[in-house]
Amino acid sequence: MSAAVTDRSAVLQQNRAPWHERALRALRTPGGAVFVLLVVLLLAAIAVNPSFGEPGSLIRFVGRTAPIAIAAIGQYFVIVSGEFDLSMGSVVTAQVFVAGNLIGQDDSRTVPVLVLMLVLGALVGLVNGLVTTLLKVPSFIVTLGTMLALLGLVLYWTGGAATGNPADSFRQIGRGGVQDVPVLEVLPYPVVLVTVIAAAAFWLMRRPYGRTLIAVGDNPRAAALTGARVWWVRTRAFMLSSLAATVAGIILVGYAGVHPSVGRGYEFTAITAVVLGGVVLGGGRGWVLSAAAGAFALETLFALLNFLGVQSTWRDTVQGVIIILAVAAGTQTWRRRRRGRTAPAQAPKHVIAAQPAPGSDQEGT
Amino acid sequence: MNAFSRLTSTHIVYLVVLLTFVAGTVLVGAAGRSFVSAGNISAVLTGTSVLGFIAIGQTLVILVGSLDLSVPYVVSLASLLSAGIMANQPGNILPGVAAALLVSAGIGLVNGLVVSGLKVHGFIATLGTGLIVSGYLATNYKGSAGQTPVAFRLVGATGIGPVPVSTLIMLACAGAVLLMLTRTRLGHHMYAVGGDIRVARMSGIQTGTPIVAAHVICSLMAGLAGLLLAARLGVGSPTIGAQGGYDLLSIAAVVLGGTLLSGGKGSLVGTLGGVLIFAMIDNIMSVMQINPFLKDVVRGIVIVVAVAVYARRRVARRATRFGHHEHVRNEQEVSA
Amino acid sequence: MMRRSTQSKATVAAAAALLALTACTTDQSIENPPAATEGGEAAATEEAGATPAPEGGDEWFDQAEYDQQFEQRSASFEGDPEQPWTQYIDGEMTATAEFAADEPQKVCFSNASISNPWRQTGWITMNEQLKVLQDSGVISEMETRDAQDDDNTQIADIDYFIAEGGCDAFIISPNSTAALTPAVERACETGKPVVVFDRGVETDCATTFIHPIGGFAWGIDSANFLVDNLQEGDKVVALRILPGVDVLEQRWAAAEKIFEENGIEATDYFTGADPTEIKKIISDELATGDVQGVWMDAGDGAVAAIEAFEDAGADYPVMTGEDEMSYLRKWEDTGLTGIAPVYSNFQWRTPLLALERIFAGEEIPAEWVLPQEPITEDQRAGYLADNEGMPDGHYAKFGGEDLPGYPEVWRERIIP
Repeated sequence: MSAAVTDRSAVLQQNRAPWHERALRALRTPGGAVFVLLVVLLLAAIAVNPSFGEPGSLIRFVGRTAPIAIAAIGQYFVIVSGEFDLSMGSVVTAQVFVAGNLIGQDDSRTVPVLVLMLVLGALVGLVNGLVTTLLKVPSFIVTLGTMLALLGLVLYWTGGAATGNPADSFRQIGRGGVQDVPVLEVLPYPVVLVTVIAAAAFWLMRRPYGRTLIAVGDNPRAAALTGARVWWVRTRAFMLSSLAATVAGIILVGYAGVHPSVGRGYEFTAITAVVLGGVVLGGGRGWVLSAAAGAFALETLFALLNFLGVQSTWRDTVQGVIIILAVAAGTQTWRRRRRGRTAPAQAPKHVIAAQPAPGSDQEGT
Repeated sequence: MNAFSRLTSTHIVYLVVLLTFVAGTVLVGAAGRSFVSAGNISAVLTGTSVLGFIAIGQTLVILVGSLDLSVPYVVSLASLLSAGIMANQPGNILPGVAAALLVSAGIGLVNGLVVSGLKVHGFIATLGTGLIVSGYLATNYKGSAGQTPVAFRLVGATGIGPVPVSTLIMLACAGAVLLMLTRTRLGHHMYAVGGDIRVARMSGIQTGTPIVAAHVICSLMAGLAGLLLAARLGVGSPTIGAQGGYDLLSIAAVVLGGTLLSGGKGSLVGTLGGVLIFAMIDNIMSVMQINPFLKDVVRGIVIVVAVAVYARRRVARRATRFGHHEHVRNEQEVSA
Repeated sequence: MMRRSTQSKATVAAAAALLALTACTTDQSIENPPAATEGGEAAATEEAGATPAPEGGDEWFDQAEYDQQFEQRSASFEGDPEQPWTQYIDGEMTATAEFAADEPQKVCFSNASISNPWRQTGWITMNEQLKVLQDSGVISEMETRDAQDDDNTQIADIDYFIAEGGCDAFIISPNSTAALTPAVERACETGKPVVVFDRGVETDCATTFIHPIGGFAWGIDSANFLVDNLQEGDKVVALRILPGVDVLEQRWAAAEKIFEENGIEATDYFTGADPTEIKKIISDELATGDVQGVWMDAGDGAVAAIEAFEDAGADYPVMTGEDEMSYLRKWEDTGLTGIAPVYSNFQWRTPLLALERIFAGEEIPAEWVLPQEPITEDQRAGYLADNEGMPDGHYAKFGGEDLPGYPEVWRERIIP
């Protein structure tokens, strides 16, 4: 189930096992455990607040978590290739402002501006990717620079506040939904979007590109030797990340409206979600849908804390404890699984502390 | 290109410092001010002190291959603890300083143990501890608290000529850490662990110790930064660390100083250069009254461009050294 | 090895401590007077050496200050009601004859930040006011340093002005109250006029401290409106930006007290002003039960709160927002029961106008309390018409209609 096991010799044998055995084994990986965590959190939330379990509220919850899940899927591509994207939050904010200022109340501009936003998103990713891969600047630094510069430019351009919310037709993407759906009443468009994007990401990771991406994250040199164009594979990952941030921005401008604080901290939330999904910082390990599940687990946790009436100031603390515990548990699992196998050359991979995560192809002088 | 390749990255850092200095003299001069007047030098150096402390610690953490994102919250906590204990009583200065540093070191110890013991990536481990402390601060402090006595505040407000005492203390700390890095086994082990933890382990190094030590010293330095801020502000503040954005800024300063973000290679002297570059750029932009939004644009571009320059040198240099280090490199690639 | 590392740590700590101690005793004394005693008018609610607050404590509540602001809401103001930014409550005056000047003077402005729409709007207004005073020969130039929300930077900015600025007068908009007190005192010691506005400091050394009535008045106006329009036992969600900022904490301290006294059940949340958070919080609250009222400590996320009710299919709550255009517009569109408390944005004009009087040698109020009146439903249409075409992040009571750049500068949000 986890993409990370695909390159192992045991794969064949595993694949011949009955499906329930395979599923159980998958649940014991960090990428699978997040689904267990998600279910536990959901059940807890429903136990505390039964109305949360009604199909209508659940689907609305999925809808409002969609932007962070989409961002996490985008961040996944970058992280699995061994890099970071810290510019995500600024891209979200920038796109929200672009929508607010360029569309205004003019419905006819919706489509052109939408195209412009996607182009802009791809462009930011392209710059991030090319500076990282060709100029050999660690992606942590590149995207930190983009984060500062992009937000600064947008605030300078707009004087710090957008003219106003964009036309309602545009905001429907994030706010509206398919009406009169049986059981659910409403099927929010963000739910449709996140489903489509997750399916597309799942498909992409099974394509040659996805396999190359993981190989590049696992060992860029080996991947290069097999003929992969590492720079272009990684650059496309950055573009996917910025495009995901763009889509998140499109949803958020509908869901929440235009405000300079929309998107703030999104990069850290997305990275947290990805890591909670068992994806290893430094690249080469993890499953894309687990990243999305990490986002849902995180948001369910926040909702649960709300329902429990935990004092809002303590929420950071709870989040911090959970992240550390979840990642520690995940790392220990990876290590145990690895020890059970052979391949001692892979061992250092899991000594995360010293792993050159960002700019990992620059060591050695 | 050859001459360029022969420079160490620290040389390049100080070339950039020199370049920034020249640019500062010209630009500030054009604005009708002096870049080298006592008041301005004092302003630039004051700008280096707080970030300097944190960047010293961050250098060690990055050298061993980790990161520390919890520094802003350690800074705030140290400022609150010290100001709270001092409560404007000169007799309480030492207990206040001791408590702040002790708690800071404790947080660093937790960071180090989570990173080296539980094998959690430094990014996540310190993001987590940072959140934990941040929740504690938000719950227990509703604004600034405590008060530092005048004797303690002199640290933040006194200068010897144009050089603030705080900068001297920061440089003294840098000197001590530099000695540790270059003269002690612990320092050498930090480089070794950051360079290739597997080789380090095979050469008999207890890899946990340098990692934990780096995190403890980093948090101690953040604690000192918090103490300095308590001296400058006269009170402790639960948001003072976050206000400065010291987590990302210190990492940027370290990388700007030529240290490899992937660990194992770098210099503390370079970091001080990186901090100085930031302080001078901020000073120049403030004198020129640049729009605050555009300041961030300039900072972002400077970070990327400067690091791109260092990276070019490394690429150029790598080719010449390739033969000597091929074996080691291959091992590292495997571990990457 | 462990011992070695402990040793080096100890060395670092000892060296630092030693240096710190010697520094204290040997250096020339830079003036740094002891912190002001309590009782500066400026929101001095903290005791020196206060211990950490108990959870949910009401240490921001100050009965005397509350009572005073309660009275000031209905006080009569001196000056032209057409120009509320020049109005003040009668009180102690500061003589400024010593500052009278014939030449245009240089002003140095240390600004906390322009990081939110309220401060941006005010900053635009201030610059237009500056142009008028430059044209009339009162002010030669204004040098501004922006601290980007950092106390430490702002302290350095003020020290820079003192050492290098060649300033004839200081305007300071402090980032926080206690931390900026020593720096403001240093500015006072230059003997030049010092004007403090918006948030205060714990000293009354400044020539004048300009501010609207205050946070308690905001809390009283908004909470009383909710109480009047709700019934005992009704639920109010309070949306707050962040903890620890005195002007915001005082708004909530007053409101919380009034809710308690009137049997309104109020739950408060910190939102970081992020509309996404606001919408989630309201959605979760509506999922657990009915909400009859929403209270906000700043209005720029009000629209998201209202939309959360729309999306959940719930009845509109009784709302308190702010005089931000987005809220005023949404309020009119929906026809909900609401009020717009105001933290008078026009106060950004007053510091320069105060300097005009100071340089003319006229006496000015020692504490310049500006009017702070909420916008009611009856007044709303007027303010919407006056601010036609302004962006959503604009504040209706910006008070710059008579300034040269009106309306383009605000409409285009041209930030210097």
